[in-house]
Amino acid sequence: MAQATSPPEVAEQAVRTRRYSSDAAGLGRLRAGAFVAPALLLVAAFLVFPALWVLYLGLTNYRLTGAAAAEPQFVGLGNLIDAVVNPEFWSSTWLTVEFVLGSAVIGQVGLGFTIAWLLRDRRGPLKRLVEGLVILAWILPSAIVAFLWVALLDRDAGTLNALLHTPGYAWLLDHPMLSIIVFNTWRGTAFSMMLYGAALGNVPPSHLESARLAGASGWQQLRDVVFPHIRGHILTNLLLISLWTFNDFSPFLLTAGGPDGKSEVLAVHVYKVALQSGELGTGAAVSTIILLINLVVAVFYLRLLRSKK
Amino acid sequence: MTRFVLGRIGFYTLIAVLLAFFTIPLLWLVTAPFTSDPTYEVTVPDFTLDNFRAVAEHPYALPSLYNSLVLSVGTAVLVVILAALAAYALSRVRLPGRDALLYALLLLSSIITGTAAMVPLFQLAVELNLIDSQLGLILILTGGLLPAAIFMLKDFMDSTPKSYEESARVFGATPLQIVRHVVVPLVRPGLATIAVWAVANVWGNFLMPYLLLSDVEKQPAAVITYTLYTEGGQANLSMLSTFGLLYSIPVVLMYLFVSKKYGFRFHGGIKR
Repeated sequence: MAQATSPPEVAEQAVRTRRYSSDAAGLGRLRAGAFVAPALLLVAAFLVFPALWVLYLGLTNYRLTGAAAAEPQFVGLGNLIDAVVNPEFWSSTWLTVEFVLGSAVIGQVGLGFTIAWLLRDRRGPLKRLVEGLVILAWILPSAIVAFLWVALLDRDAGTLNALLHTPGYAWLLDHPMLSIIVFNTWRGTAFSMMLYGAALGNVPPSHLESARLAGASGWQQLRDVVFPHIRGHILTNLLLISLWTFNDFSPFLLTAGGPDGKSEVLAVHVYKVALQSGELGTGAAVSTIILLINLVVAVFYLRLLRSKK
Repeated sequence: MTRFVLGRIGFYTLIAVLLAFFTIPLLWLVTAPFTSDPTYEVTVPDFTLDNFRAVAEHPYALPSLYNSLVLSVGTAVLVVILAALAAYALSRVRLPGRDALLYALLLLSSIITGTAAMVPLFQLAVELNLIDSQLGLILILTGGLLPAAIFMLKDFMDSTPKSYEESARVFGATPLQIVRHVVVPLVRPGLATIAVWAVANVWGNFLMPYLLLSDVEKQPAAVITYTLYTEGGQANLSMLSTFGLLYSIPVVLMYLFVSKKYGFRFHGGIKR
């Protein structure tokens, strides 16, 4: 019997010592939990809870004002259906696709890679100047950047019309989508440029050298040596940039979705439906769709990260 | 040889076009504040300082810069403290479900954006009486930035040696003392990165303060800029350009400081 009682005690002590030494500061689980708790509490209150609430709200007819504001009713999938049959939702979705493809995939990734490729072997002031300007466009506050573009594209005295000798041409009214696409390319290229700059630094120069000696042209070097090496970076870059551009609210600052909703991307659409028209329920249903799209992109991205490790 | 020359010409033409593309929109911001009665046109300035005087006299301009400072510093302090504590505990102690928690945090931070959550955040703020409260906005912004901050800092903490903590413990230091006097000095660069990242994020954030602060006296510079050019019919350009310049200078200085001190290294996901 004595033998039967002592081993568990030994085992328990062994567990205790192991726990003691496995944690350098002697925190222990309880105190570790206390260290994590305040952060988790804020995340739960202001990130997780709103996300869950958006799912619930999307199922009600909640409004900002009026009778439905006091006692919202459960309408099930009604909002989602309303949102989906609304032609404005589809035109807005289509504009968002244009915006993401044009400014993120073609604009930022293309331009970012081009700059990184052009400057790959350079040191010195020219490289610093180009990179500094591109990064400046990225770090300035979005309200200011948007206003600078309003000034640039202005109908009467804007710099662009002065340069192109097209006085009186209203870019923001006649080409609102083109304007916000070029604007967002200008604003966001820095991230892709830096990412590709780092990635190109990892391509072994000897591989490029032997390709060049074998007589490969610039394009062939890119295709056969560089792209296979940075494929992971390209995918990471595409996913992150698409996610950010998809959720970007700054087109609102430039065109406010207008004229006539011709540049109303989904981020602006939600704002208009939910907070300007006061239809919180319908807005939440559109938000739910945005969340789902984000989820798909993010899961895809995280899987990719994992498989790389 | 011709090929080489053509290549050079092509290269410099391309660089010149790029430089023009990235410089031209910025020109107005450097000329208009020093021009009397500026229009949208970029002209050679007459180097007047009247516009700055007008900004100083405007009832909401300078206070809004102060508001931006309060919001961004408040959020940065809260994010750094809470994220450091959480990242430290997660890095050193195998809490049950730790990996799942980290994965969930990373996922949440990338899918729940201001765009997707604006409706419930607005309502939550109404219910909790946090509309027009700067503290409320700071808490909301902190909640949004924490997951990414914890994730970045945990990586940082994982790579610091544990031996210092162990010896501090031998001398009888309490866990909080160890964090304060041993761990914090070790990870100071990481904390600085997170602080700068948080300040930059909040300094430029437009959507959240625009939604949650309706009292002009509490609004930060991002919202005031927008108000200046949408309200009252004709935008006051001398005011806007000068105010914009003042609003931009701090982030540029911060960038220069960071790139000088640490080198502007690449951090994936530094900006959302």
